[in-house]
Amino acid sequence: MEKAVSTNQLTRKFGSFIATDAITFDVNQGEIFGFLGANGAGKTTAMRMLCGLLKPSSGEATVAGFDVYRQSEKIKQNIGYMSQRFSLYEDLTVRENIRFYGGIYGLRRADIPTKTDQILQKLGIESVADSLVASLPLGWKQKLAFSVALIHEPKIVFLDEPTGGVDPITRRQFWDLIYEAAHNGTTVFVTTHYMDEAEYCNRVSIMVDGKMKALDTPAGLKTAYGVDSMDAVFQILARGTSTK
Amino acid sequence: MNRIRYMVEKEIQQLRRNPVLLRIMLAAPIMQLILLSYAANYEVKNLNIAVVDGDHTTYSQRLVGKFRYLDNFRMTGYLASDKQARQTLLAGDADLVLVIPPHFERDLAKEGNTSVQLLLNAIDGSKAGIANGYATAIIRDFNADIRAETSAVAPGTIPALDIENQYWYNPKLEYKTFMVPGVLFELLILVGGLVSALNIVREKEIGTMEQLNVTPIRKHEFILGKSIPFVLIGLVLFTVGLLLGRFLFQIRIEGSVALMYVFALLFLILCVGLGLLISTLADNQQQALFVSFFLLVLFILLSGLFASTENMPEWAQWLNILNPLKYIIEVGRNVMLKGSTFRDVSRPFFVLAGMAIGLLLLASWRYRKTV
Repeated sequence: MEKAVSTNQLTRKFGSFIATDAITFDVNQGEIFGFLGANGAGKTTAMRMLCGLLKPSSGEATVAGFDVYRQSEKIKQNIGYMSQRFSLYEDLTVRENIRFYGGIYGLRRADIPTKTDQILQKLGIESVADSLVASLPLGWKQKLAFSVALIHEPKIVFLDEPTGGVDPITRRQFWDLIYEAAHNGTTVFVTTHYMDEAEYCNRVSIMVDGKMKALDTPAGLKTAYGVDSMDAVFQILARGTSTK
Repeated sequence: MNRIRYMVEKEIQQLRRNPVLLRIMLAAPIMQLILLSYAANYEVKNLNIAVVDGDHTTYSQRLVGKFRYLDNFRMTGYLASDKQARQTLLAGDADLVLVIPPHFERDLAKEGNTSVQLLLNAIDGSKAGIANGYATAIIRDFNADIRAETSAVAPGTIPALDIENQYWYNPKLEYKTFMVPGVLFELLILVGGLVSALNIVREKEIGTMEQLNVTPIRKHEFILGKSIPFVLIGLVLFTVGLLLGRFLFQIRIEGSVALMYVFALLFLILCVGLGLLISTLADNQQQALFVSFFLLVLFILLSGLFASTENMPEWAQWLNILNPLKYIIEVGRNVMLKGSTFRDVSRPFFVLAGMAIGLLLLASWRYRKTV
């Protein structure tokens, strides 16, 4: 089966600083792929290259079967993206945001109201459909941004620290949405630095200083490092020390 | 194609949510039109004139009377001596002093010539020059009157050659008439260039630009989607300005109104192109504002809005080749005041069209979805 994402020695330099250093990995279709690392480990840079926002310095990568150098516009038709920075228009209503992104992603005009109702209903936010996004709590905004990133039913969705700054209950609800998307066949590529979230992924990779230090299932990683939590695995790899 | 519609729709929704900006965008330029046209004024009126009459005769009274008759001059009174005249000038109570020597009438009648003296406060050189011109014309006129009266007595005098000026296109030499067409186009730069640049840079700042860059939106769709709303607002503004010019300033549009709109549209496209280019160069609103402001001041000062471009130093005239405002102000004045037709203004049309295309190409080349 064709891989959702495939990279070979993918590298990005900013001047003499190597943000992402020759990473090689594959993401299978339909899996939830966790991309772990401390702040500044190179996660966002790698993700931006895969989304066609940043040109790689060297190496190869394909996303949904398209080449990141030559076919970035094709990639954009097949992916959803939710950035670290909140990316809906605060001065538009919930409905207007959905309509706008639906239109930009080329949904048919007649399909947009149906799609809007679906999203509102799924998130249980019908009551604020005509409120400005600025007035929503952060957790709602993030769930809405996620739904908007999926509006065109992409093959792969990239989530860059989607749950930053929200309470544990909302984070759990957010992960329910991620599971649902994966269940419907969307490949989920998610960066995080919450280790409990790493446990929810099918496979996780751990980035340290631009390099990919480990890649396996959470269970496999815990066994390999002889510890009982992802947090402990991360401590060993990121700091080069064991907490035990 | 559809995406452009969604972009435009979104921009209009956002503008509606920002009524303060909308009001400022419409009100500020209109205020500027009124203020600049009324206040930035080189007409020399209300020149204070004082007189030292050393003669006190009918002739001297007649000469002074001629100054009274013109509304450019305001008589402040008679002074006793040259010394007092100097004090009056020093205190700023008079802009010029007319000194009529003793025996003015007698010399003029008997010897056929005499002289008067004008003392001018020339700190503002151009104002003094104009005052001098007016005063000299009055004195020459007075001289002609006297000669006409005496010529019967002394036949054979060569009739003086008289120059009579006729001012075309702006017969009353009103500064407002000169300013309005220029300001009308200058306003469009604000909305088309400055506001559009800030709008796009703001999307960069809040992160929605990145979000748009991962969508399949095409460059031209983004550029058109961003341009159309500002071009439309600019045209509304232009209409308001034209109406103000017609009804508040009483300036009749001699040329074709359609031609004025063709140029307004062309100029707005050029301005939006410039705004887009600035937005691709600037990372934040401060940078965009600074660059726009720098260009705006340069454009306006060199444009001939206030001072004639022909009198500028040669290097400034070279710079002006690249100044879109210079062309459009010329066109505005020619079409609005002289009634020039497209044939008369086809050169600036093609120059502006070339600039607009160049700027848009440069902007779309600089605008990258991938960095």
